[in-house]
Amino acid sequence: MTSNREKLVLIGNGMAGVGTIEQILKLGGAYDITVFGSEPHPNYNRIMLSYVLEGSKTVDDIILNDRNWYKDNGITLHTGTTVTRIDGDKRQVIAENGLTAHYDKVIIATGSNSFILPIPGSTKEGVVGFRDISDCEAMLEAAKQYGKAAVIGGGLLGLEAAKGLVNLGMDVTVVHLMEDLMERQLDHTAASMLKAELERQGVKFAMGKQTVELTGDERVSGLRFNDGTELEAQFVVMAVGIKPNVAVAKDSGIEVNRGIVVNDYLQTSLADVYSVGECTEHRGVCYGLVAPLFEQGTVLAKYLCGVETKPYEGSVVSTKLKISGVDVFSAGEFIDTPEHTVISAKDDWKRTYKKILLKDNLIVGAVLFGDVTESASLQKLVKQGAEMTDDIYADVMGTGCCGGGGAKKTASVESMSDEEIVCGCNGVTKKAIVDAITENGFTTVDEIKACTGATRSCGGCKPVVEQILQYVLGDGFEQSMKTGICGCTTLSRDEIVAEIRAKGLTTTKEVMNVLGWKQEEGCSKCRPAVNYYLGMIYPDTHKDEKESRFVNERMSANIQKDGTFTVVPRMYGGVTTPEDLKKIADVSIKYDVKVVKVTGGQRLDLIGIKKEDVPKVWEELDMPSGYAYAKSLRTVKTCVGSQFCRFGTQDSMSMGALLERKYERLDFPAKFKMAVNGCPRNCAESCTKDIGIVGNDGGWEVFIGGNGGIKPRIADSFCKVKTDDELVEICSAVMQYYRETGNYLERTSEWVERMGLEHIKTVILDNEEERKALAQRIDFALTQVQDPWKKMLNDGATRSALFEATEIR
Amino acid sequence: MGAARQTYAAGKVEDYLKQIGRVIVIEGKELAVFRTSGDEFYALENRNPHPKGGPLAEGIVSGHYLYDPLYDWKIDLRTGEVQAPDKGQAAAYPVHVDGDTVVIGI
Ligand SMILES: Cc1cc2nc3c(=O)[nH]c(=O)nc-3n(C[C@H](O)[C@H](O)[C@H](O)COP(=O)(O)OP(=O)(O)OC[C@H]3O[C@@H](n4cnc5c(N)ncnc54)[C@H](O)[C@@H]3O)c2cc1C
Ligand code: SF4
Ligand code: FES
Repeated sequence: MTSNREKLVLIGNGMAGVGTIEQILKLGGAYDITVFGSEPHPNYNRIMLSYVLEGSKTVDDIILNDRNWYKDNGITLHTGTTVTRIDGDKRQVIAENGLTAHYDKVIIATGSNSFILPIPGSTKEGVVGFRDISDCEAMLEAAKQYGKAAVIGGGLLGLEAAKGLVNLGMDVTVVHLMEDLMERQLDHTAASMLKAELERQGVKFAMGKQTVELTGDERVSGLRFNDGTELEAQFVVMAVGIKPNVAVAKDSGIEVNRGIVVNDYLQTSLADVYSVGECTEHRGVCYGLVAPLFEQGTVLAKYLCGVETKPYEGSVVSTKLKISGVDVFSAGEFIDTPEHTVISAKDDWKRTYKKILLKDNLIVGAVLFGDVTESASLQKLVKQGAEMTDDIYADVMGTGCCGGGGAKKTASVESMSDEEIVCGCNGVTKKAIVDAITENGFTTVDEIKACTGATRSCGGCKPVVEQILQYVLGDGFEQSMKTGICGCTTLSRDEIVAEIRAKGLTTTKEVMNVLGWKQEEGCSKCRPAVNYYLGMIYPDTHKDEKESRFVNERMSANIQKDGTFTVVPRMYGGVTTPEDLKKIADVSIKYDVKVVKVTGGQRLDLIGIKKEDVPKVWEELDMPSGYAYAKSLRTVKTCVGSQFCRFGTQDSMSMGALLERKYERLDFPAKFKMAVNGCPRNCAESCTKDIGIVGNDGGWEVFIGGNGGIKPRIADSFCKVKTDDELVEICSAVMQYYRETGNYLERTSEWVERMGLEHIKTVILDNEEERKALAQRIDFALTQVQDPWKKMLNDGATRSALFEATEIR
Repeated sequence: MGAARQTYAAGKVEDYLKQIGRVIVIEGKELAVFRTSGDEFYALENRNPHPKGGPLAEGIVSGHYLYDPLYDWKIDLRTGEVQAPDKGQAAAYPVHVDGDTVVIGI
C-alpha cells in the first residue's frame, strides 16, 4: 500500500457512505480508505430489513458487501466503532474507543436515528425503533414471547413493521396521530383504501390517537392516549419519524441545521469534509429514502476523483410500500389544492385508484393504489415536469389497453440522463444498465439483475429496466423478448405447443432435441412445463415423466424446509367422517406427525413426516391424496348450504363433493381452487377462487379468475345457470380451455386478464358446440387419471428409489 | 487426488432411477447420489448450500446440473459449485461404476 495516496475516511458504514465508496472505486479513485461504523455488521441493505422482519430474507441475505469485499479493496474497516469528533486542525477523526485516523478527506454518512417520542415510559423495556438489525432482532425475539404489539406511526416504516409483526403471529395495532395513513405520501382516498386493505390482512388501527404515556413497570404493558383511553401492548415499535444523526458534525463545529448543511457538491462548512445520505440537508431538504442518497453519492464520488460532474440539485422522491398485495405509489405533489388540475379514477370494485396532479398543465405529482403498472412512467413524467398531452393521457389513464404507448415510453428512457438512478434500492444508474447490455450482450432482465443488482430488491424499477432493454436493443428486442418460457429456448409456449402438435413430438427429450434447446435437458422451469403440455395434448398416451416433476409432485407430498413432508388426505367438499378422523389421528400418532393443521381450503395438513415414512402413512391412511402439492385441483371449499343452513337455497356440500370427485387428479397449468356456496352470503368465499360458485334461488352463478395468494384478485362474474348439469358443463369447459391455453404456472387470475374475460365468454357461452367439445375433451382426459399412491405402493422399485435411504456401514 | 479415501459399494446401477436422486447414508454421512440420463453417477453431500439448508436429493437433474428442490439454485453435480447469480458449494464425492456396482469414495 503506497502511503503517498491521500487518506479518505468514511464515518458511517451505511448505504450512502459505502455507495459513494463503491463509485469511487469504480472511478479508480486513488485513496487509502478507512471506514468507521457503529454497527457490528458489514454494509447491508437497510431497505430489506422489512423483508427480514417479514421472514422472506435472512440477515445474511441482505449483506451488500461482506468483509472480504473491504479486504479485497484494501479498505480498513472498523465495525462496532462510533466516531465522536473530527479535529479539523490536527486533521484527525477520533472514535469513542480512542482510535484515531488521519485524513485528507472525510465523508460523513451517519444516517438517521429513529425518533423516539419524549413521553413518560418511552425508555421502558420492550420499546424499540425500526432502524437497524438489532431492532429487527428485538422484534423477532418479542414475537416469540408476547402476544400484543402496538406500532406508533402509520407511515411507510410503521406499516411495514406492523405487517411483519402480524406475519410473526402478533396481534398488532397501528396507532396513528392523523386520520390518514402515510399522510406525507398519500391523499385521503388512497390512504383509506390502504387502510381497508391492511385491515383485510390482519392489521388493526387506532386512528387520530395521540399517545401520551407508555404504562407498565420495567416492561411496557400498554399505551395511554390523550383522550384517556388505553391499549394493551407488551411490545411497542416507535416509527414516528427519523432524526438526521448530526452528532459528529455538531461536536466538530460543522454547520448544522436539521441536517448537516451541504452545498451542491456535498461540501460541509469544514474544509475537506463532505456529507451524504440521510444526515445531510441540501437546499433545506433532508431525504429519508435511498434514491436521493445514491444521486448525492454519484456526484460526490466524481468530485473526489476529479471527474467532471454536474452539481447535485436535489431529487424528486417516490414511495413504494413493500408489503405483498398492497401496491401503493406516489411521486411529487399528491394533495390537491385549488391551484391543481386533478385527473383521477377510482374503481371500488377492482380497488384501484389513480390520480395525477397538474399545475399549468405540467405533471407535478401522482398517486396510484392497487395497480401500479404506470408508476415507472409517471415517476419519469413527474421528474421531467412533462406537459400533459392527449397521448400521455391516453397512455397513463389507460384508454384502450395496448394502444400505441410503446414508442413514447421508449422516448422517455432515451431522454433520461446517464447518471440517473434507475434502481433506487441498489443504486444502479441508467448507464450501468446500458453498459451491461452493450458490453455483455444481455437480452433479459434476469441477466441485468445478476450483473448489476437492479430489480433485485423491491422490484419497483423493473418496468424501467425493461424499457431500457427495449431502447438499447431496438429491433433485436422484439426477438429476445419473445424468449419464450425460459433461458433454454427462444420459443414461446404457443409455439412449443404448436410444434408438439405439428411434429407429433412425444417426450420432453424429443421436444428439446428437435426444437434446439440450448441446455440439452432443459431446466427446472421448462422441463415441468413441457411435461405438462405433452400430458395435456396426449392425455391417453403421454407417459408422465417423474424426473421432470417438481419434488412435491414427484413424491406426492409437500416438502418442507427441513426435508420432511406434509401429507394431506382428500376430503371431498371439505366433509369428513368420525371414522376417517380417527384413522387420521391414529396414523398421525403412530408416525409422530409434528403438527396437524386445518388448511385454508378446509382440509387437514399432517406436517413433518419423515421421508421414508411417507409411503407407509399413505398405505395406512388408505385415503386418496388431497393433491395439496399439485398443479391440479386442490380443494373445493364449501359452506354448509341447504342441508343445514337456514339461509341456504342450494346444496353446496353435495355439489362441492361432486365437483371435487369429478375433477380430482387432472393436471392443470397451475394449482386450481374452487368453492361452492349455498347462497349469496358466500360463506366459502368464492371471490378468491379460480372457479367460485354461488347458489341462488333459481340456480347458480359462476365466478372465474379469483385469487387470494401473492397477487390477490377478485373473481369476475362469468354467467348464471339454472341446472346442475349446466353448471358442470360450464366448469368443464372453463377448466379445459384453461388447460389448453394457459401458460405453465399461470394462475387463472393472470390467464383471465391475458385472454380477456369477454373472449373467454365468447368461446364458452356464445358457442354451444365449442363448449360441448371442450367438456368432452376434459371428460376424456379424466378417464386416464389414477391415484398416485395406489400406483406407487405397488411399485417397490420406485418406492424404494424415491423414499428410502440406503444405509452403508 | 487429496487425502486417501475409503470406498463403499452403494448398490447396483439399476437401483438408481435416471435423473432422480437417491439418498445413501455412509457411516452416518448422508449423500445424495444422482444418475444422469447418460448413466454418469455423481454424489453430493445431501445438504443444501443455501443458508437455510435442507436436502438436495429431490432436485431436478439436467445434464450434470441439479436444480435444488427448495430454492431452485443451479448446482454443478461434478463440483458441487452453485452457479451464478447465487453462491455456495456443496461437498462433492467421487463415484464410479465397477461392473454394475456403484462405488462411492469418502
Ligand atoms: C426498515 C426500513 C425500510 C426502509 N425502506 C425503504 C424503501 O423501501 N425505500 C427507500 O428508498 N428507503 C427505505 N428506507 C430508508 C433507507 O434505508 C435509508 O434512506 C438509507 O439507508 C439511508 O442511508 P444512509 O447511509 O444515509 O444511512 P444508514 O444506512 O442508516 O447508514 C448510517 C450508518 O452510520 C452509522 N453511524 C452513525 N453514526 C456513526 C458514528 N458516529 N460513527 C460511526 N458510524 C456511525 C450507523 O450505525 C449506520 O450504520 C428504509 C429504512 C428502514 C429502516
Ligand atoms: S353461503 Fe349461504 S347457504 Fe352457505 S352457509 Fe353461508 S349463509 Fe348458509
Ligand atoms: S428500485 Fe427497488 S429493486 Fe430496483
